[in-house]
Amino acid sequence: MTEEIVIAGFGGQGVLLAGKLLCVAAMRRGLQVSHIPSYGAEMRGGTANCSVVISTEDIPSPVIECPSVVIALNGPSLVKFLPRIRLGGMLIWNRSLIAIAPSRSDLFSFPLDATDISLANGTERAANMVAIGALLRLKPNLVSMKSIEAALDEVISSRNRKYNSLNLRILSVGYEMAEKIVANK
Amino acid sequence: MLGKVLMKGNEALAEAALIAGCRHYFAYPITPQNEIPVYMARRMAELGGTFIQAESELAAISMVMGASAGGVRTMTSSSSPGMALKQEGISYLAGAELPCVLVNVMRGGPGLGGIAGSQGDYFQATRGGGNGDYRTIVLAPGNAQELADFTVDAFDLADEYRIPVLILVDGYLGQMSEPLTLPKPNGKKFEKSWAVRGSEGKSKNIIASLRLVPDSALEVHNLHLQDKYEKITEEVRHVDEYRCEDAEWLIVAYGAAARVARKAVDSLRTGGTRVGLFRPLSLWPFPDRELNEFAKEVEKVLTVEMSLGQLIEDVKLSVNGEAEVDFYGRAGGAVPTLDDIIGRIYSYEHQDHTHVQAS
Amino acid sequence: MSIKTIPMYRRPEGLSDVRTHYCPGCGHGIIHKLIAEVLVELDIIGKTIIIAPVGCSVLAYKYIEVDGLEAAHGRAPAVATGLKRALPNRIVISYQGDGDLLAIGVGETVHAANRGEKITVFFVNNANYGMTGGQMAPTSLEGQKTTTTPHGRDGTEVGYPIRACELIDTLVAPAYIERTSVHNPGAVKKTKKAILKALSYQKEGIGYSFVEILSMCPTNWGVEPATAAEWIKTDMLKSFPLKKFRDRPMEAAVEKEAS
Repeated sequence: MTEEIVIAGFGGQGVLLAGKLLCVAAMRRGLQVSHIPSYGAEMRGGTANCSVVISTEDIPSPVIECPSVVIALNGPSLVKFLPRIRLGGMLIWNRSLIAIAPSRSDLFSFPLDATDISLANGTERAANMVAIGALLRLKPNLVSMKSIEAALDEVISSRNRKYNSLNLRILSVGYEMAEKIVANK
Repeated sequence: MLGKVLMKGNEALAEAALIAGCRHYFAYPITPQNEIPVYMARRMAELGGTFIQAESELAAISMVMGASAGGVRTMTSSSSPGMALKQEGISYLAGAELPCVLVNVMRGGPGLGGIAGSQGDYFQATRGGGNGDYRTIVLAPGNAQELADFTVDAFDLADEYRIPVLILVDGYLGQMSEPLTLPKPNGKKFEKSWAVRGSEGKSKNIIASLRLVPDSALEVHNLHLQDKYEKITEEVRHVDEYRCEDAEWLIVAYGAAARVARKAVDSLRTGGTRVGLFRPLSLWPFPDRELNEFAKEVEKVLTVEMSLGQLIEDVKLSVNGEAEVDFYGRAGGAVPTLDDIIGRIYSYEHQDHTHVQAS
Repeated sequence: MSIKTIPMYRRPEGLSDVRTHYCPGCGHGIIHKLIAEVLVELDIIGKTIIIAPVGCSVLAYKYIEVDGLEAAHGRAPAVATGLKRALPNRIVISYQGDGDLLAIGVGETVHAANRGEKITVFFVNNANYGMTGGQMAPTSLEGQKTTTTPHGRDGTEVGYPIRACELIDTLVAPAYIERTSVHNPGAVKKTKKAILKALSYQKEGIGYSFVEILSMCPTNWGVEPATAAEWIKTDMLKSFPLKKFRDRPMEAAVEKEAS
């Protein structure tokens, strides 16, 4: 099993953190992981992304050409990564901030009102958690909710750990949203 | 995986330097190695060490020279254009036989180039970009674990041979996070009676590369350096051989390029083609005899690099006509893909080889 | 009857018993001697490391009985920084000429001063590049003929003399800044006082000290030693007035007394 996941959005949406959470959770399951952020000049202008590879085998390159999963938290990210998703791949996109539905029909597309859900829970910064929650349901063999919970404690700095219960709650809302989508398909 | 930590390559390297006892670090910011100075700024304050954000690369390497002359473990890090500036100091350090650890987290060039990972500084690292007949040991880690382990080794090698040791990585390895186990301090101690700490109670020490009198002094000094380099060439040769024993084809690659090459070896072997990966872990000294032995047994050697014809020079020198040497390289931040490498090897499989001619 | 001889003058014990390579009438020998005397007087000679620059004084470490270290051209303050940070209880001297300190190494000069590194910089200003054959220095006077300004330094073309003390005096961190000269015995005495002060401040861990010393270069100025000394008085002092620019510990003491 190898998943090549790109998480993309604008600065402040926590795309790097989302990637790190997945990595730590997968690492604790004994899987191979790599995480590489976009950096330097690429980060200027507000977009940020990270590439996460999770595999049962050694990971040759952290650089992802054709992702198996893209999580797009804003419009520019969708524009950038939509063409690169592999045939039959998965797209999780933030319908709260993306007005026009993605045009490709050769992949599994899951719209989420991620920012709206985050706002409804009292923060605008947890769209990443909604998306990760959904991913856990849509890729059930990747990592479990329990391992993400443990990863939160490991990854989040002590200063921000007080938000972990909120993060977990929002994660489970994302999970349930995906559950509904899967049930309706 | 349970006892491991997930760390960015740059940070793993920085922490390993601290584990090795480095308490004096000097650098100038440049992408993609910025995590190292940022990490050191925080940790040196905690440990009571010295972190200075230098006014320039020239100043940073000179601060390293001063600290090293004082007998402490010291390090600087940079990326390609910054490394070009440091060459002045590296030549002085080599000439004065001062130990230190240098890190180049390579980005694409020439000039300002880009910030994505590259291996375009192979010549600069292994041939030396500074003036004069000198060498630095060059280590080439390929993952976060090796980044940490090789950093500890680098400090020991530097002290043992009184030589600058360069850790050559690319931006991808520096930027990527991977699981690793941090090394433990090995407790090695090195006597540094040559250091300049004041002449109280002993005759005075002078650390300098200048040799003017007598006329033969500079040649004598150079011959002494060459003797040392010969010794290092015998004693420090590191290579990782992966599935080479029965190989018909040999891929030679280091660093990030070697990770993809290793995967290509597995894929090709699954398809019935016997390929092996020869991964030099020390680029100077280059494991030339080892490669030459394998070259006698294989049909063809493919050099894979994230540069356009640099590693291949050492490969050809090592193979020395025993096999044909081919090349696949990407540049400017591009990483060779699995398909690229597999395709390259398949293309030979389907060609007629009547006679293998060394190129 | 025997005649008892009383030595009136002898080689200072801090100065090595070797011939120097300096030209007749050069100021470096005087300045080396003053430093050697002060190191002995302050009882710090065994704790001192001198960093030699690139230029005429590249072999300075051979002439003073201290540990010596060589720096690349212009980098002495950076090398001094690294050494002092590694060995904070040693005395670190950066000995530099005008090309080293104000041209190729102006960045290192300014930033080591700006960080307030607890080192001492002795800046020997002889208004030209001696080692390489009398080329223009950043401190060459307007109109001064050098091998690279054969018609005299034209400020509108190649810039004007840079004044190191005044430049460093704009920075917050330095503790002690003074310009002296060695063109006559009185000036030499004042130079020794400045060297003593600079090194005692380092010994006490007070901070960065900088002494600029105007010095003769008869060979490259193309004049007799006596004329060279006179030229400092008649010409150099106009561009480089002798002055104590800053003496923080003294100023603090005066302030304390006043209050």
